[in-house]
Amino acid sequence: MFEIRFHGRGGQGAVTSAELIAHAAIEEGKFGQAFPSFGPERRGAPVMAFARVSDVTIRNRSAVYNPNGVLVLDPSLLKLVNVGDGLAEGGVIVVSSHRPAEDLRAEFKLPGRLAVVDGLAIAMKTIRRPITNTTMLGALLKATADGDKTLVDLDALEHALHNRFGRIAAPNIAAFKRAFKDTVVLEEN
Amino acid sequence: MGTRKGMEVSIGIAEAVMMADVDVIPAYPITPQTHIVEHLSELVADGHLDAEFVPVESEHSAMSCCCGSVAAGARTFTATSSQGLALMHEILFIASGMRLPMVMAVANRSLSAPISIWNDHGDVMAARDTGWMQIFVENGQEAYDHMMWAFRVSEDHDVLLPIMVNFDGFILSHVVEPIEVWSPEEVKQFLPPYKPPYRLDVDKPWTFGAVGIPDIYLETRMAHNEALIDSQKVMEKAWDEMAEVVGRKYSVLENYKTDDADIVFLTMGGISETCMTAVDQMRDEGKKVGVIRLRMWRPFPFAEVAKELGGRKVVLAVDRALSTGGCGGPVASEIKAALYPLDKRPQVVEFIAGLGGRDVTIGDFKEMYDKGAAVAAGGAVPPYEMVGVRA
Repeated sequence: MFEIRFHGRGGQGAVTSAELIAHAAIEEGKFGQAFPSFGPERRGAPVMAFARVSDVTIRNRSAVYNPNGVLVLDPSLLKLVNVGDGLAEGGVIVVSSHRPAEDLRAEFKLPGRLAVVDGLAIAMKTIRRPITNTTMLGALLKATADGDKTLVDLDALEHALHNRFGRIAAPNIAAFKRAFKDTVVLEEN
Repeated sequence: MGTRKGMEVSIGIAEAVMMADVDVIPAYPITPQTHIVEHLSELVADGHLDAEFVPVESEHSAMSCCCGSVAAGARTFTATSSQGLALMHEILFIASGMRLPMVMAVANRSLSAPISIWNDHGDVMAARDTGWMQIFVENGQEAYDHMMWAFRVSEDHDVLLPIMVNFDGFILSHVVEPIEVWSPEEVKQFLPPYKPPYRLDVDKPWTFGAVGIPDIYLETRMAHNEALIDSQKVMEKAWDEMAEVVGRKYSVLENYKTDDADIVFLTMGGISETCMTAVDQMRDEGKKVGVIRLRMWRPFPFAEVAKELGGRKVVLAVDRALSTGGCGGPVASEIKAALYPLDKRPQVVEFIAGLGGRDVTIGDFKEMYDKGAAVAAGGAVPPYEMVGVRA
């Protein structure tokens, strides 16, 4: 079982990110589960979403408290939210930021492994909108890969993006692939 | 074999309702049920479902419109939650008393005040005695399958009663998970078209909803109660036949790792699966514990509950609602009523968990088990406990 917590602001697509991971997992025959942190959605306020990926049936319906992966869509949240809370042993925090990973770790005392990519720059260049949710899925898959084996199959995720976005899927897929390539992973201290 | 797809449970329910080929959907949106009727309105507008979608001005009107539509002979669906179900309350009795078959999905949510959009079973417990059949599902697949099943049971001429399919708000309604969808052939094989025995017809007039003077009201209520109790047979037959069509077998109770269990959880709804995960972990530690999950709530399966729980040492009854100023949890209350006639009764340790959306975790279930184990070892039975409550 691999558990992920997504941090974003209302409107940035954190819930969509979580759902795309679940859709990709289910499509390749695994078990996937995604759900929002339940509450009134407010644009701009910090929000969370959760996803689980497993080879066997997922029955746990409570929130994720000990994530193996944490995805942070908006670096301004690092000042407001303890994104490393409960991070599982060997877990990774994935942040969209233009700053070097070492700087972020030093300033925010982030635990575990740390993966960083400038998701905003990639999104602006590729999708031409300041929305990083699909871009950062590339970073998440890179940071959580075990050798060549990714958490969910890259083709399955591409297919999930296609199903979700239809004719505007292409730039999202390009951004996702670019982030997968560019993400830098800083190992645990 | 159907196709396995990832989808939000609410969307799955709407898709199943489309497969059931409903004629009329009177509906009013309310969180966390909204995605169901939103999606149905899209399916109707886009021409995928040939039905009348009636956007009414309140839930009271939604249920009234359902009554009229069923009386006219139309297969009818609606969905609601919490305050919406409360606003329907008056008409719920009329739907069941007039023996009008229909299906309502209820995304269970707490009642105000204080204002809460989150999940518990307070809404449906307030509608417990409205004379509807009431079942609780625990995952998306079960919710999907039970749309087809619910129409079949409700419209059976030996039943002719409305049914609520309860599923937890948010912890089921807003979750994306795998659902195996039915093929049109499977639906056709399992669910015949609705053939009302009586309907409003200008050429063959009937009176619906007439006055029940003291000379007849009592008999009418008895007939209604007997039909509700007897609906269990039709439910079981429909479960058997559904298993033949889609290969998934459901029943009145779901037993999970109970064969040698001295201590069993008794749960209802979506937290049952979290409880099963906790049981898996406790089994790895060598604890003889299992879960019995109530699928059927009205009629209440007294005989099956007595049979399954009778031989246990301790039952951990987990409620998602509070009978304020009363016995504690409504489910535990029924459990105790079912066990009372037995010579050898288990101890019942009662918990009220997850009111107003408070998360119920694997750790919570383990703590409940520890309290049950203390009773099994000879400790006193504590009064019902509100799990995780701050003093």
